[in-house]
Amino acid sequence: MIDAVGVKKRYGSRPILRGVDIVVENGETLVIIGGSGCGKSTFLKCVIGLVHPDEGSIMVDGMDITKLAHETDIAQYRRRFGYLFQEAALFDSLTVWENVTFGLRYLTDIPTHKFRQVARDKLALVGLKDVEDFKPSELSGGMKKRVALARAIAAEPSYILYDEPTTGLDPIMSDVINDLILELQKQLKITSIVVTHDMKSAYKVGSRIAMLHEGRVLGVAHPEVIRISTNPYIRQFVDGLSHGPIKMRLKEFEADPVGAKVNGKA
Amino acid sequence: MNLVVKALGWLGSWLLEIFQSAGEFAFMIRSTAMWLSRAPVEWDQVTIQMMRIGVESLPVSAMTSFFTGMVLALQSGASSKHFFNEPLFVGTVVSFAMVMELGPVMTSLVVSGRAGAAIAAELGTMKVTEQVDALYTLGTDPNRYLVIPRVLAFLFVLPFLAVVSDFTGIGGGYVVASIKHHIPANVYWHDIIDNMELKHFFHGYLKNYVFALAISFICCYKGVTTHGGAEGVGKATTAAVVLSMVSVLILDYFVTAVLVALGIT
Repeated sequence: MIDAVGVKKRYGSRPILRGVDIVVENGETLVIIGGSGCGKSTFLKCVIGLVHPDEGSIMVDGMDITKLAHETDIAQYRRRFGYLFQEAALFDSLTVWENVTFGLRYLTDIPTHKFRQVARDKLALVGLKDVEDFKPSELSGGMKKRVALARAIAAEPSYILYDEPTTGLDPIMSDVINDLILELQKQLKITSIVVTHDMKSAYKVGSRIAMLHEGRVLGVAHPEVIRISTNPYIRQFVDGLSHGPIKMRLKEFEADPVGAKVNGKA
Repeated sequence: MNLVVKALGWLGSWLLEIFQSAGEFAFMIRSTAMWLSRAPVEWDQVTIQMMRIGVESLPVSAMTSFFTGMVLALQSGASSKHFFNEPLFVGTVVSFAMVMELGPVMTSLVVSGRAGAAIAAELGTMKVTEQVDALYTLGTDPNRYLVIPRVLAFLFVLPFLAVVSDFTGIGGGYVVASIKHHIPANVYWHDIIDNMELKHFFHGYLKNYVFALAISFICCYKGVTTHGGAEGVGKATTAAVVLSMVSVLILDYFVTAVLVALGIT
């Protein structure tokens, strides 16, 4: 279980997270939605320890990860996570199978002679075959995402964090990736956080949806509740409207948090 | 008044940036030392980097030294003719200059420009495409997987390249001494052997290790702290090359001073 309380982060004078409170139950897929720059990816990076929060706590399986100070302890902690990067972040110089099995020698005791077979198995799980010896530059965007997903699940993590898994893909490939997320969820029983601004994807893969705006959680609810939410901020975002409170706020460059009045009213 | 406040503000932020970079750089060195003592070295990566830094830099480094030796022989022979009416100690001048100073320095400058730039650009691209973050999520650390192999490769390869440069420079000097100044081979070589001692060789050789550490750490640091997309990679690469070249020249003075104080000269 992941329990984040009052997580704050600022880059220079710019606040990104202004106190995020989110609970992710075991086995569920929590989708975090929100506009560009609202702090979704920063929160995800706080959870995996790539970014250290300025304030607040993030308890993962009862351990407060913000208290981990030593690099080796943080590295040890990250073992329980798989992370799918927005642009896949495959290593250009390695082949597909080397990418998929890259983490195995650090995270598992699997002997190196079995790596190729593991890569084949994981690639099959994400629907790929006979691409082991390709370089990432020879793959399409959708295939890169699949390979990155195979790499994220290769060491059989307890949690998977998806950073905008469908961004840059065509609608059909986006739906294929959504199906893969659901399929992996069913097969591997993994707890997941999906960061996205693709509402179709959010409705399809999420057990619950949390909306983040200007570094705060506006509300967390079941996808069907979000779909009919009357909260003007959530309504504007899920309907994808240019007019509404979010647009106004962005235009005015106001620093005051807007979530205070609407927090929790999904 | 406003101008003074603005200038002070600018100076303050500039100093802050410098101290922050110095702190990050020191932290990277500390983290690299920690991973070196706690985790096995990625020897396959070290080998790849040795090939890239060493083998691929060898032709350009050797050629540069060959021509440097030729210039030294040409100038020292001409000066000697001017004062003594004949070219004296051309072999001695060329060999001392190459072995104690120009071999290590020229090689370091050439390798900074070639391999150092390549390292900063590669790591910078990895940083802006989140490949460096991916390393963290896959159970390793950029200092362990990227920095240590490059630093070790530099430490293994740069002294070797510099020694090759010493010989090619002396060879280049011989070509000019022989063709231009008509100095017999035995005179040229005796000028070297009669005057050169092992400590002179070590004077230049030991410098390589300091230069190797400086270039590799600076280029890796500039690479893994890149931000700002393609433009950022370009800036980081330029900064890495300029900083490492300037560092080599500055460090050269201080290392020479230490070696002189220790009597290795």
